[in-house]
Amino acid sequence: MAILIDGETKVLVQGITGGEGRFHTKRMLEYGTKVVAGVTPGKGGIEVEGVPVFDTVKDAVSETGATASAIFVPALYAADAVMEAAEADLELIVCFTEGIPTHDMVRAKAFLEARGAKLIGPNTPGIISPGKAKIGLMAGYIHREGPVGVISRSGTLTYEAVYQMTKRNIGQSTCVGIGGDQVVGLDYVDLLELFRDDPETEAVLLIGEIGGTAELEAADYVKETSYPKPVAAFIAGRTAPPGRRMGHAGAIISGRRSTAQSKIEALREAAITVIEDPSKIGDTMAKLL
Amino acid sequence: MRLYEYQAKEILRGYGIPVPKGEVATTAEEVRRAAERLSVGRVVLKVQVKAGGRGKGGGVAFFEDPDEASRWAEGILGTEFGTYQTAGQREQVKAILVEEAVQIEREYYLGITLDRSRGRFTVLGIPQGGVEVEEVAERSPELIVREEIDPLLGLQPFQVRRMAFRMGLSTEVLSQWRDLLFGLWRAVSEKEMLLCEINPLALSQRWTFVALDAKVELDENALGRHPELRDMVPPPEDPLEEWAKRYGLNYVKLRGNVGCLVNGAGLAMATMDLIKLAGGEPANFLDVGGGATVEMVKEGLKILHHDPDVKVIFVNIFGGILRCDTLAQGMIEASREISFDRPIVIRMEGTNVEEGRRLLASSGLSLIPATEMDEAAAKISEILKEG
Repeated sequence: MAILIDGETKVLVQGITGGEGRFHTKRMLEYGTKVVAGVTPGKGGIEVEGVPVFDTVKDAVSETGATASAIFVPALYAADAVMEAAEADLELIVCFTEGIPTHDMVRAKAFLEARGAKLIGPNTPGIISPGKAKIGLMAGYIHREGPVGVISRSGTLTYEAVYQMTKRNIGQSTCVGIGGDQVVGLDYVDLLELFRDDPETEAVLLIGEIGGTAELEAADYVKETSYPKPVAAFIAGRTAPPGRRMGHAGAIISGRRSTAQSKIEALREAAITVIEDPSKIGDTMAKLL
Repeated sequence: MRLYEYQAKEILRGYGIPVPKGEVATTAEEVRRAAERLSVGRVVLKVQVKAGGRGKGGGVAFFEDPDEASRWAEGILGTEFGTYQTAGQREQVKAILVEEAVQIEREYYLGITLDRSRGRFTVLGIPQGGVEVEEVAERSPELIVREEIDPLLGLQPFQVRRMAFRMGLSTEVLSQWRDLLFGLWRAVSEKEMLLCEINPLALSQRWTFVALDAKVELDENALGRHPELRDMVPPPEDPLEEWAKRYGLNYVKLRGNVGCLVNGAGLAMATMDLIKLAGGEPANFLDVGGGATVEMVKEGLKILHHDPDVKVIFVNIFGGILRCDTLAQGMIEASREISFDRPIVIRMEGTNVEEGRRLLASSGLSLIPATEMDEAAAKISEILKEG
């Protein structure tokens, strides 16, 4: 078991003929992911890494039965690609693109919610269920199969955390990067819920950052539901200088503060193990299990 | 990206939102002439910095005499200005907004901002605006009036009416309120703002709304399709930051002694946290990004080299999209242009790490390698102790 993807997930790649799309299609295939189709408008009919390319997502889905999409489309066109995937009834959409305009994403998210599709990202390293499949940019070799579910807002910091765990023989059930942008799809709470019901996952690691309130909401959720599995968290940016504040809207809308310290306090209050030293993530998870 | 008040007001004026009559001035003489030209009884002078809390910080003053206004401007232009909201950081005052002082009947708070946890824009209103608005919101959250904007439909008239009633506005100002809100939403959506805040929104003694202050945050990712806004982007103040920007590097100069070059913002922040735990202080935040090229790595290292505060350099790379061989090549090319005179601790893992290590080993570069982050921290701490 794992969450969201496994060895049977059929993946299509939007933007498969671009440099990034091509490179990661190859890597995903090597890892064992079932990449069944690619989409690049105007390039229908060719093959990339032995994968057939279609002009539209709809065609690719009806020809191949794909259920998930990996999006490598440039920023100004990516939100449109997300909507095309949702409209073709794909269940899971992973959008890697960095720098998508926020207003585009706000509209795409509303469109997705109306269709019930799950989005990971954008601006994410993706998702990996070690030993099964990945829809992601992460190097496969640093992962191993095991009991820890990982949810993170960061890319390379997740690799670092996973690397520390794998070195100590602690494997991962599924690792999900929720994305670093202000508007993202699945969040900590959605994924904590999925990990709760996954028998393979015995503990959860949250990797957060300063800014926003997503980690505070995760803390509330763990506390309110008396979350049945141990949870640890690292919050990056404790030493980052506070940004100059802009207006009052941020504080008024959430009524809460987004500093590392306020997040750490909320997590502790929810009985989550807070990791202070980024080089001790692996050690802490070893103790927690 | 934050705009200055005068820029924000210029945009809002274009959407029919009433703002006070005014001019922006960069010298004391310009301030005097602007005050004379406005020919109103009383003018208000406001320093143009991006921080909030300017009033409390002494950056706002009222004058009846243009000469007195000019003298005040003389004293504050060019100084480094900070407020209780800037956490010790200061910003040079380069311009002053000279405006007609408005006779105020009542003050409100009005803003449209992104609610990150919902992924939607929300209109926020508070019947008691002004500097204490956050305290008001904390003490009496029931006063906050919210209307979430449907991303697919936009702001609706019933929401505008409902807000007006909940804000306690009298029916005489309803049509003004409607124009104001629709103008504001149009500005936010057309210019792709992340935040537009009017605080205070004043109801003048003549019963008209006036935006006394405005804060706008633009979306840098959308600037490419807004050529009309590009002139509002100020050049970075720090020469090293300007250098970094030229090469698309995400760099912030800090005051510490350990320069760091990292890929990914999260890992970069965690690296700074680690440096602090090792007894050092980060000299900068530098995220070379996922798609970093050989040139970007090279320039990043050169920037660290040119920072006189840096005593030791820490390169912490976890190869993902950025491959370790690209990093190694960048370091080697940098070493051809500058001679590193400070120790470099390098920790590298991930995609193509073997190739990266091979390149660095055969380059003859003198580096202090570490295989894990705690080992790197220990080595940095040792170097700092040796002084």
